[in-house]
Amino acid sequence: MANDVALGAQHDASRQLDERSIELRRLVVRALEGGSRGHIGSSMSLIEIMRVLYDDILRFRANDPEWEGRDRCILSKGHGCIAQYVMLAEKGFFPREVLDTFCRRDSILGGHPEAGKVPGIEASTGALGHGLPIGVGRAMGLRIKRSDARVFVVTGDGEINEGSVWEAALSASKHGLSNLTWMIDYNKVQSAGPTQEILPLEPLADKLRAFGFVTDEVDGHDVGALRGLLKSLPFDPALPSAIICHTVKGKGIAFAENDAAWHHKSSINKELIGQLYDALGTN
Amino acid sequence: MRPACVDKVFELARRDERVTYIGSDLDPPIVKRMKNEMPGRAWMEGVSEQHVVGMAAGLAMEGFIPFVHTIATFITRRCYEQVAVDCCLHNLPVRLIGNGGGLVYAPLGPTHLAIEDIAIMRALPNMTVVAVCDADEMRRFMDQTLDWPGPIYIRLAKGYDPIVSRAELGFKIGKAIAMREAAGGKSRVLLVTTGVATTRALEAAEELADEGIECTLLHMHTVKPLDTAALVEHARGCDLVVTVEEHTVVGGLGSAALDALVEHMPGAMPPVKRLGIPDDFAHKYGSQDQLMELYGLQPAGIADSVRDGLRRRAA
Repeated sequence: MANDVALGAQHDASRQLDERSIELRRLVVRALEGGSRGHIGSSMSLIEIMRVLYDDILRFRANDPEWEGRDRCILSKGHGCIAQYVMLAEKGFFPREVLDTFCRRDSILGGHPEAGKVPGIEASTGALGHGLPIGVGRAMGLRIKRSDARVFVVTGDGEINEGSVWEAALSASKHGLSNLTWMIDYNKVQSAGPTQEILPLEPLADKLRAFGFVTDEVDGHDVGALRGLLKSLPFDPALPSAIICHTVKGKGIAFAENDAAWHHKSSINKELIGQLYDALGTN
Repeated sequence: MRPACVDKVFELARRDERVTYIGSDLDPPIVKRMKNEMPGRAWMEGVSEQHVVGMAAGLAMEGFIPFVHTIATFITRRCYEQVAVDCCLHNLPVRLIGNGGGLVYAPLGPTHLAIEDIAIMRALPNMTVVAVCDADEMRRFMDQTLDWPGPIYIRLAKGYDPIVSRAELGFKIGKAIAMREAAGGKSRVLLVTTGVATTRALEAAEELADEGIECTLLHMHTVKPLDTAALVEHARGCDLVVTVEEHTVVGGLGSAALDALVEHMPGAMPPVKRLGIPDDFAHKYGSQDQLMELYGLQPAGIADSVRDGLRRRAA
């Protein structure tokens, strides 16, 4: 039954994060320390999705972020941007030290990502429900240009409460955009509480299929499974693809996992930074 | 004006392969024509304004110049955040064609009247707001949309409006046109107008001239960026400035003109009277002309307001 979906369904909590996943999370904490604030839970759930995209899937040139042949990766849930900043820094779009300036007055790295300011950011997001319509437009533009570049749109779960997402979903399937992949970071906790309480999404996979997406589901923290699934894109040569990534809000920080209170913290002191590092160290 | 605009999109699309067209369940013929002649560059999307504006932004990010067309109130109010964030924040060359700006949809009631579209579009950084006065002017304007940076809101009137614009006066986005200059250069009143209010105000100016009240008429087809220089130059020495718009008096041309005059004519500002729709939803139906009359925006009403303004000034 729809309402019986448990937190972390299809996520194997017993699997340990590997060294790279922990290191990436340390970089998230580094940015949180720089800004003394940030979306903790929302960034931690995204790490493996961003890691696999940038490590194994996306075509890009860090020294030429506007390279025409690149795949377009739009983080529609802009509040999870630290996870993407960390991967962009990892790949050399900008130096790692820039993470220390997160949210500071003259930084390029704001609490939501801005295109034109941050190399590698394709669209300014933060207002929710904007990424998929933009992704549809970009996928259509690439099709006109006969480009084989692909579009990846990563949304949250609370985000898809927005009607604009479903408007765009209808259009993506109408146009058969096989160059478009919609990934959902389904951590099952939105800002005010569990998604199943705030606005139930289940049966989510059925909904996506009904909207015309060839849909698969994956443990969003299982690097191998994510890689395998993303390498098999497009799922259908004539249809858009959707991947429901079952994740854990705050993944890797035991005391923050699955807790809406850790969605965002507007004041992070040194003591908490220490606790975050400790939590990762003992993972 | 509407056919002129849409035909122009077709012509521009022939000329420039960056041009694409998105309808939102409105005006199917152009999509059919474009699909036949240039397949893959025109789409009839659904009743989904948030999506189509975001989609247009995505196309613009890929180097295209998308023209999005639907009813004015829906392309401005319904998807305001997409217009603000996707189009304006990214400063993309998306062209929003708002069908039936102002009171055009009078018989359909307040849900369909775009009477605050200029105000809310004007509030957005990077946005250009244009309301031409007739089909000929629309054609001259549309030719300039290809190379204009950033988003443009194009306000369409009813269509088949009388032609009052003159080719010899030229057209440049952001440059007001003095459509009437007082005989002998001695003008008492400056009329500042936009869209089809210009047509009505020109007629009012004729009526007033017969009584010896000379008016200059400055047609502000571009409400943003406002041609402040032309406004201040023409306002200097006038007894009265009257703004006329088929739009609420809150935040439209009148407000823009006031802002500019307050800032640029300190101590020398003539009295200003703003004519428009009062700060209220329309409670009547009928026709566009009938509602314009109700709000004092027909030639006789405009002339009355000018006379009244001059009387108050003299008193």
